[in-house]
Amino acid sequence: MPLDPEERRDGAGRLSRRSLLRGGAAALGGLVLGISLPAKRARADKPRAVGAAMNAFVHIPTQGSVSLIMPAVEMGQGVYTSQAMCMAEELDIGLDQIEAIHAPPDREHYGHPIFYVQATGGSTTTMAWTEPLRKAGATARAMLVSVAAAEWNVPAAELVTERGVITHTASGRALSYGEVADRAGRLQPPTDVALKSPDRFRLIGTRARRIDTPDKVVGRTVYGIDVIRPGMTFAALMASPVLGGKLDHVDEAPALAMPGVRQVVVLEDIVAVVGDTTWAAEQGLCALHMTWSPGANASLDQARLWADTETASTGPGVTVRKEGDAAGKLAAGKRGAGTLIEASYELPFLAHASMEVQNCTVHVHDGVCEIWVGTQVPGYAQAGAAQVLGIAPEKVTVNNHLIGGGFGGRLEAAPVVTATRIAQKVAGPVKVIWSREQDIRQDMFRPLYHNRLTARVENGRVTAWHHRVTGPSILARWLPPAFKDGIDSDAIDGAAEPPYALGEMLVDYVRHENGVPFSFWRGVGPNSTVFSVESFLDLLARKTGTDPVTFRRGLLERNPRALAVLNAAAAKAGWGSPVPQSPFGRRTGRGVALMHAFGSLLACVAEVAVTDGGDVRVTKVVVAADVGRVINPDTVVAQIQGGVVFGIAAVLHNRITLAGGRVEQSNFNDYRLLRINETPAIEVELLSSTQSSGGIGEPGTVIVQPAVANAVFAATGTQLTRMPLDASLIARSV
Amino acid sequence: MTAITVNGKIYEVASEARTPLLWVLRDELGLTGTKFGCGIAQCGVCTVHVDGVAVRSCQMPVGTVGQRAVTTIEGVGSTTVGARVQKAWLDLEVVQCGYCQPGQIMAAAALLAANPDPDDNAIDAAMSGNLCRCGTYVRIREGIKHAARS
Amino acid sequence: MKRKTLLTLVALVAVAGVAVLGVVGRMVLQPGPYAFAGGRPVALSAYRGPSPTGVPAELALADTVTRGAYVASMADCQACHTAPGGQPFAGGRAFVLPFGTIYTPNLTPDPETGIGNWTDAQFLNAVHRGIAPDGSRYYPAFPYPSYTLLSDEDVLAIKAHLFTLKPVKQANKPNNFGFPYNQRWLMAIWSVLFNPNERFRPVPERSPEWNRGAYLVEAAGHCGECHTPRNLMQALDQRRKFGGGVAEGWTAYNISSDTVSGVGDWSAADLAAYLSTGHARGRGVASGPMAEAVELSLSRLTKSDIGAIVTYLRSVPAVKGDLPVPAGPAPSTPQTVIDNPVGKRIFEGNCASCHAWTGAGAAREEAQLTGVRTVNDPSGANAALMILHGSGAGTPYRPAMPGFGKAYSNDEIAAVTNYVTARFGARASKLTAGDIGRLRDAN
Repeated sequence: MPLDPEERRDGAGRLSRRSLLRGGAAALGGLVLGISLPAKRARADKPRAVGAAMNAFVHIPTQGSVSLIMPAVEMGQGVYTSQAMCMAEELDIGLDQIEAIHAPPDREHYGHPIFYVQATGGSTTTMAWTEPLRKAGATARAMLVSVAAAEWNVPAAELVTERGVITHTASGRALSYGEVADRAGRLQPPTDVALKSPDRFRLIGTRARRIDTPDKVVGRTVYGIDVIRPGMTFAALMASPVLGGKLDHVDEAPALAMPGVRQVVVLEDIVAVVGDTTWAAEQGLCALHMTWSPGANASLDQARLWADTETASTGPGVTVRKEGDAAGKLAAGKRGAGTLIEASYELPFLAHASMEVQNCTVHVHDGVCEIWVGTQVPGYAQAGAAQVLGIAPEKVTVNNHLIGGGFGGRLEAAPVVTATRIAQKVAGPVKVIWSREQDIRQDMFRPLYHNRLTARVENGRVTAWHHRVTGPSILARWLPPAFKDGIDSDAIDGAAEPPYALGEMLVDYVRHENGVPFSFWRGVGPNSTVFSVESFLDLLARKTGTDPVTFRRGLLERNPRALAVLNAAAAKAGWGSPVPQSPFGRRTGRGVALMHAFGSLLACVAEVAVTDGGDVRVTKVVVAADVGRVINPDTVVAQIQGGVVFGIAAVLHNRITLAGGRVEQSNFNDYRLLRINETPAIEVELLSSTQSSGGIGEPGTVIVQPAVANAVFAATGTQLTRMPLDASLIARSV
Repeated sequence: MTAITVNGKIYEVASEARTPLLWVLRDELGLTGTKFGCGIAQCGVCTVHVDGVAVRSCQMPVGTVGQRAVTTIEGVGSTTVGARVQKAWLDLEVVQCGYCQPGQIMAAAALLAANPDPDDNAIDAAMSGNLCRCGTYVRIREGIKHAARS
Repeated sequence: MKRKTLLTLVALVAVAGVAVLGVVGRMVLQPGPYAFAGGRPVALSAYRGPSPTGVPAELALADTVTRGAYVASMADCQACHTAPGGQPFAGGRAFVLPFGTIYTPNLTPDPETGIGNWTDAQFLNAVHRGIAPDGSRYYPAFPYPSYTLLSDEDVLAIKAHLFTLKPVKQANKPNNFGFPYNQRWLMAIWSVLFNPNERFRPVPERSPEWNRGAYLVEAAGHCGECHTPRNLMQALDQRRKFGGGVAEGWTAYNISSDTVSGVGDWSAADLAAYLSTGHARGRGVASGPMAEAVELSLSRLTKSDIGAIVTYLRSVPAVKGDLPVPAGPAPSTPQTVIDNPVGKRIFEGNCASCHAWTGAGAAREEAQLTGVRTVNDPSGANAALMILHGSGAGTPYRPAMPGFGKAYSNDEIAAVTNYVTARFGARASKLTAGDIGRLRDAN
């Protein structure tokens, strides 16, 4: 059961990280890694048993649940369960015997093995953390076992472990982990512990129950937005309606006259009202008349943003991949052999719109700063707050929480920085909550991307291929070392190594930024590249009179793994059979898409119905997936189902547009998410695989979008190239 | 002072009468299981029961609650149907991030209390006001049917 | 033959001429706005009762600034003379008319772009006669045929109020009327025909409250500008007074005493609540231009003035206008068998959370749909506009009911409107995507 941090205060005070990691009697239970923990609210203090940290991830108390420290944060994707499964598997304990602890900011121990910084995202948790966490569990087990072996003076190999108990079968003696924890914690951790062979797995690969769900269904889970601190006030905020604008003037008096309003915090670019409740604060905000200087973005209009990106895409690019002389082959134009086809695909800005709005509770006092938030980047959050306050990062405590939807929206420190700037001027802890309108308008958006593809098709084969990706670089800002040689490896992910044989190849990248804040969004780079590649393949198939699945099969002769996934989806979806009629629209169609990204292979077949007016209803989705070795198959299926819903909303409805530098959308009435009554049947088939584990948070979102667009193409004969689908372009006169 | 009954307990409320019930529950009574999502009744994460009927608490002024009984996610498990829904949610692993699920569970419990065996049409009618960004809809539908059968 | 033809032609022209004259004459020679009341109206100076002009008794002792602001509120200048998101009274708001788009001018006392250099006489001439300081004519989108009834003192009180505002430098935008409507001089003829250019004349036979109400409704509030149908010459057709009209695409309902299409079955309390708060339970929520009239004018009026307006309105005889008439009273329980799956899908997703399946309103009485005029309108126009643009007083950042126009297609808006009118009205609307497209453009 994950324990919210508010339960974890036991009055023991702060411990140095070193003493904790050394373990031993000095390390009091519960305070595993020097997290300063808030007072609990509802439940009584549980007495915490003394115990020891075996390593940064496993803490064994003398009695009670084993604490497992979670390097990757839980935002619905199921990683608290899968990480716990990895540790518990090797540790030989049950998932009912553990509690999950949010890791504090600590790059040294919890830095991501791929990103280096401490972050959860990019569908990388399973591929990056499975080995280290299994090792942490196995190492801890070895230390515990060696104490028992020494006590009984028997070889460690004779001891068996199950559900936290070490047993010497021959003599019938048994010790619990808790009984040997203190002594084990003082041992030098072994470095060469063997991991279980997969045939001995008891947890990994099973549909183990999620550990975070029992609290979630009774409303007990404390998300960042649910934090309550003694003496806490609430803040509502308003930033410049024109992105990047500055405040001209505000008269604080009307807000201060409102009941329950305590303070107005005026910053250069933000006005916040602090009150006794969130409602009082918001009423105060509504009473204010603010005037703003719009600044440089006042003329930012959507048409110009599209046009500028298109223009940039014709400029010089950086070569990402070059096989043969694709440029030369394509330059021959229509005179060359076979058919030359060119198309561009454009993807809009998108807001994350997780159900939990941005929020952050901050208490700045006595030269330190305490933060309560749900974040995918605790280290960036800590550094961001420290920079605002001009204090050392160690003076900033970040209490992380379960997250009410991440999708990339909590991969940035910006909300923590904003909240800290406000809290700096407030006495006592203050919970800053974004209204939904502010959450959407002040989001850092999925960037606007442009993909230009050119290909030559000869006898059903692609003989030359040029894919140019134009868009901003998130990595250049977010993880500068990953931005090498002018190439954003995320932006071109999915373009550089498509699963197909595409002849002579040129993939290049044009970095183009436009003043609109941007960040990662579920599906990340492959959302734009895979959408474009898969849409373009359907265009090639149609222009050469080939069935889209047949056409793809022809490009997959040397990729049996991908071919197997494609064939599985096609078979399950009944590809080739007539698309059933639908009550949702007279035109129906079926579309396919295939991807290889995040270490996973997925194929999707979507069926749609299109009304005469051009409204699209997705009526059925089939996904086949080879995600490598699976930790928890039920979570994989859930992630694909959810990712598909997320992706359908994107391809059908989502868009953020700007007019005069202002975001035109504001809330769920105009930023439209999918509802249950618009959700199709979603069938998922997992192909068994012994390949290394791939990621699964993003792919469902990525793969369904081109499948739906291709189904619309099939139903209407029109390929839409700018997302989301525009009903007016596929309306037909009746 | 307004008095309201929540999960069987009577609370004196200091907030002014027009304050939405949601913020009284969360900020004044510390019952944070009921969530804020949009403030315009478009997402359903703030759903509670008022005399057994699913209501978006972001829209209900606390002053209009009166004598009616408010039930939140923290209290719905003490009703038979609420407990059945919660169990179905666990059995089918409906939940992902879980932020919308208090609202989903409250809406589902109100549906099942009024209609013990809802068909897809009835589920759509009762549940479409509840958004889930993680996309758990397929399992929510199954969960309701599972709870109806149990 | 030739001669006969010519004669016939002359005869025909003569008949047509007479007919035209008759029609025009009927348009021109029509009753005054409150002629229905009978009696013998007298000049304001000759009226013995308490003055129907100026501020109500409660404010008689208030300072000049307060009284000026009140009179300006009575006349509701701000709504039209403020652009969306713009500075109050600085003008620039667009009105899309059949002949082109007109922009309201800047009323702040900026000498260059506003009215900072205007004399009292110039201001009176503008408000009473529709003549600008340079002698050019205003289009009657500016309701001077109503304002002409305002007393000189009240007009100058408005001017004094405007001169207390912070000057805003904002140039007026030219209109884009095409020929012949861009010939402003034609308005001189129109004014001669349709602007009586006379001040309000109280009716001694009616109560002081009625007279105050008449002044508020006819002179200051200019209700008829939207709620009275217009004739071919774009003048108010007073014979069908308050029979309903159209404003910025919105239906300005029949507010005569007709019990089916008008407000004849509304109680005085219903009317008072609607006017002062924008909402009357089970009647409806003021939306579109009416919401602005409530917010910027009616909600600022005293209880006594609201009472006077109600008294006057209830005296207006029942007329049938041109608007679609409800097929009957709205049903008290919703119609449940409706073959409109798209409409149902949107209603259950976006509407039922507030309005409830019963239509009774789930959490707020403003959200009640049963019995409400808008959903018992077989045209569905206002319901569609509310769905497109939202409705109701909310906060500066969002209306009470959000608008769905940006994210939902014309087919979807039409479907949900038809569903709502089918469910809660006596007859379903039959809006098409094309109708919704036109409503979007009109607003």
